[in-house]
Amino acid sequence: MCLAIPALVVELLPDDMARIELDGVRKEISLALVENVKAGDYVIVHVGYALQLLDQEEAAQTLALFAELKGSAAA
Amino acid sequence: MKYVDEFRDGDLAKKLLSDIAQEATPDQIYRLMEFCGGHTHALSRYGLLGMLPANVQMIHGPGCPVCVLPIGRIDLAIRLALEHDVILCSYGDCLRVPASDQMSLLKAKARGADVRMVYSALDAIRIATDNPTRQVAFFAIGFETTAPPTASIIKQAQAAGLGNFSVLCNHVLTLPAMEAILTQPGGVPLQGLVGPAHVSTVIGSQPYQSIAARFNMPIVIAGFEPLDLLQAILMLLRQVNEGRAIVENEFTRAVTPLGNRKAQALVNEIFEVRASFEWRGLGSLPLSGLKIRAEFSNFDAEQRFPDLIYRTVPDHKACECGAILRGEKRPHECKIFGTVCTPDNPIGSCMVSSEGACAAHYTYGRFRDETHE
Repeated sequence: MCLAIPALVVELLPDDMARIELDGVRKEISLALVENVKAGDYVIVHVGYALQLLDQEEAAQTLALFAELKGSAAA
Repeated sequence: MKYVDEFRDGDLAKKLLSDIAQEATPDQIYRLMEFCGGHTHALSRYGLLGMLPANVQMIHGPGCPVCVLPIGRIDLAIRLALEHDVILCSYGDCLRVPASDQMSLLKAKARGADVRMVYSALDAIRIATDNPTRQVAFFAIGFETTAPPTASIIKQAQAAGLGNFSVLCNHVLTLPAMEAILTQPGGVPLQGLVGPAHVSTVIGSQPYQSIAARFNMPIVIAGFEPLDLLQAILMLLRQVNEGRAIVENEFTRAVTPLGNRKAQALVNEIFEVRASFEWRGLGSLPLSGLKIRAEFSNFDAEQRFPDLIYRTVPDHKACECGAILRGEKRPHECKIFGTVCTPDNPIGSCMVSSEGACAAHYTYGRFRDETHE
């Protein structure tokens, strides 16, 4: 239930709503809990609400972190 | 799916597992608690548990809102539906949790109660708008992730002057539960905590600092994908090995230090903290739950229906959900796990909820038990 997924905002709608797309499925969700969201942004969606904007730069940095080779071998 | 698939990459997973194996000092046992039920589920589902070194042990925490909801609160929802002819709107997970007198919300529906599953709090308010002559109540559960949506609909209901709508509020707070786990007598010793993903997008990473400092406990906030979890485990092992105990954030793409201020402000506007709230498995915890403020008492089901008085109801005698939620026992150590208690016939909440430890273990993990015996 707490699971939330990153979804692409495809269109802003009236009344603080937006149309999002997730793997080809489109859905309408509320933007009441976030600010400054535009089409093309990714948001974390949970129970019909965008909870947070996904920081795309940070996402790239996290992926790079996974691939990072550890420094010198652990002592 | 973008921002999902990359975080499930098999080669990177192998690499991270190898890093973990290197980092885990052979003569040390690392007991790490994943607080969040979604993490428990992910660890099981992606087979990560079987791939971690034997001395890195993951222990389930109480971060599953359906699991920690005590039977007595579900009884209140059932009574609302059966005795007050309310349209009772609930998230799907709650519907099958066994309550008192062999009842559940789903069984109440079979008896004629108007119980409706909703995906979003928005659906509940739509039902209220579409049924002006009926009372509609929303069974609100969840940690800090779902409290903002509930706050948002109460605000919407007030703006629209919806007179037939109320909320049965069972929202709970993460930090008091973490403290309870870390202070319980006879509790299992932990070397680190994997912090919840989506609670943290709302509250930010900063609030956990008090826990890290007070308990000298490394905390790493992790996203939900398998690579997130592996990276977080690696970061925890490094903290333990280096003698550090701070809050680190692996889920930087969605969690900032201060979190979602707008959502927090909305929650503070609508809710206040209850003096105490009862949790399945943890007993009554002070300042651990939310209640609707007096200014919005029109929308508080406990005010609108004053005969809804909470009564503590003990769990089924054989059910070990309490011990499992505290991390003291594992699902297969419950005598009725997999035999009497299965997803088709759940005895306790941990088997019903998609994030429950027992459900996760039953679906993904119990085969491992069998091969090891």
